[in-house]
Amino acid sequence: MRPVIQVSGVRKSYGKTVAVAEASFEVNEGEIFGLIGPNGAGKTTTMECLEGLRKPDRGSIAVLALDPFRDVYKLQNRIGVQLQQAQLQKRIKVWEAVDLWATLYQKKTADGDRLLEQLGLTDKRNAWFMNLSGGQKQRLFIVLALINDPEVVFLDELTTGLDPQSRRSIWDLVRGIRERGKTVFLTTHLMEEAERLCDRVAIMEHGRIIDIDAPANLVFRHCPERSVVLEVSDPGTAERFKMIQGVESVERNGNRFTICGRGDLVTEVIHCLSEDRVRVTDFSVILPNLEDVFLKLTGRSIRE
Amino acid sequence: MLRGLGKLTWIEIKIFLREPLGAIGTIVVPVLVFVVVGRAMTSRSQTLSMSNFARVGLPVMASMLIVISAVLSLVTIISIYREGGILKRLRATPLRPQTILSAHVLVKLLLTAASLLLMFLAGKRYIPPGVHPPIVSFTVALVISTWSILSIGFVIASIVPTARFAQPVAALVLYPMAGLSGLFVPVASFPPAFRLLAHLSPMNYAVSLLQGIWVGDPWSAHLADVAMLIVFFLLFTALSAKIFRWE
Repeated sequence: MRPVIQVSGVRKSYGKTVAVAEASFEVNEGEIFGLIGPNGAGKTTTMECLEGLRKPDRGSIAVLALDPFRDVYKLQNRIGVQLQQAQLQKRIKVWEAVDLWATLYQKKTADGDRLLEQLGLTDKRNAWFMNLSGGQKQRLFIVLALINDPEVVFLDELTTGLDPQSRRSIWDLVRGIRERGKTVFLTTHLMEEAERLCDRVAIMEHGRIIDIDAPANLVFRHCPERSVVLEVSDPGTAERFKMIQGVESVERNGNRFTICGRGDLVTEVIHCLSEDRVRVTDFSVILPNLEDVFLKLTGRSIRE
Repeated sequence: MLRGLGKLTWIEIKIFLREPLGAIGTIVVPVLVFVVVGRAMTSRSQTLSMSNFARVGLPVMASMLIVISAVLSLVTIISIYREGGILKRLRATPLRPQTILSAHVLVKLLLTAASLLLMFLAGKRYIPPGVHPPIVSFTVALVISTWSILSIGFVIASIVPTARFAQPVAALVLYPMAGLSGLFVPVASFPPAFRLLAHLSPMNYAVSLLQGIWVGDPWSAHLADVAMLIVFFLLFTALSAKIFRWE
């Protein structure tokens, strides 16, 4: 796979505040790459350096083999951008914004009406921007980001402030962008979003990237623990659970047991249950997620 | 280079007209002032020889009101656009910054010309008999003046931190400037310090140009005024290019 974004040793500070201390990573063609971390970690600054909106103090960036700051106009013709907390003119109509954006690009643009239709905005064509709901505004910004049929799409905190339903439909749209062969670079502080959407993520904290991998690999590498929660009619089996290979602790609460361990814990527990013909009334597996990875790597929760 | 200028200008005009208060404030108020004051004066002094104010002062004053409201509105719009991240969003497209600002200047110039036209139409009866203002020349003079004074608007818009301060700060700069412009009291009668201050403001030259053109002076008599307006335009544009912030 060919890298479409190459970032090496980028640093950016505002006065005395260091927003990005050191960022190096590559994004491959056709993947959804997520930059994740808490608010203030330096995600937006990093993204704005890639978009040519900011000049890094140090380091080198290549997006589609262009220097984003020097070749900003050449680059802007080939990328699509959605900014965090952006607004349009209050009283601009949806179709006017799409029409204006379409004239700004030198190359042939995508069909605006079709994009509006795909994003469910056709009946809002004549609505003023100020009268759109949060989700509709975000969808319009996606239309504008896609209007020039870009090779790379940048999405900054795309679903922040949206209700779960709009969030899910926007996730589907982003997957749709990838299916059209585009590369997507996004930032998010929502671990669920990163886990469900991204092929690879870079975890950022205090202006540094602390690890990069596929979400499942990150979980596997940093949080190998598994937990099985089950309810049995005969509590006498507790001693048997402690003998299972890889088990580190067994907690009991009435008839309910929480078995923690690592390795192939789930198989081992099931094997044990069937061997002893234990009657199980409830059974669930708790897998760690990116949130646990973040907690493990930084010692704090991403929500703090 | 200026790709999108035409479309952006047209959209900005439509957006401006969709905000009823703003449109009324900038277009209708100067026209109303002209008509109401004009009517009051003509009814009282019909037989007397026209006072100098009715002959020249009133149309020029109404025109300067048009200019001032254009600048106020520009400063407000630019600061709202900056605060709301609209400028930043536009800058993340191949749209050149100068195209965005040019579009706003164009909108203001077109609206200025439209207000003036409306003023002529609505106030035709109050132009004293015997005065035949050169409408085309006067319009050109007003557009030049507006252009020059708008550049102050960009400097103000560059400095004010939030949209809430934009309008008061602009008013604080523009109204004293209007007071010193020779519109109400001839500059020659000012104390020396004020006279110097007056010469440092483009509004002074705008008033002199507009008054002259209104009474039928040839352009050649006002080349110095035009030159000064251009100098101020270049000066303030260069300054705002240096200090302008997009976000």
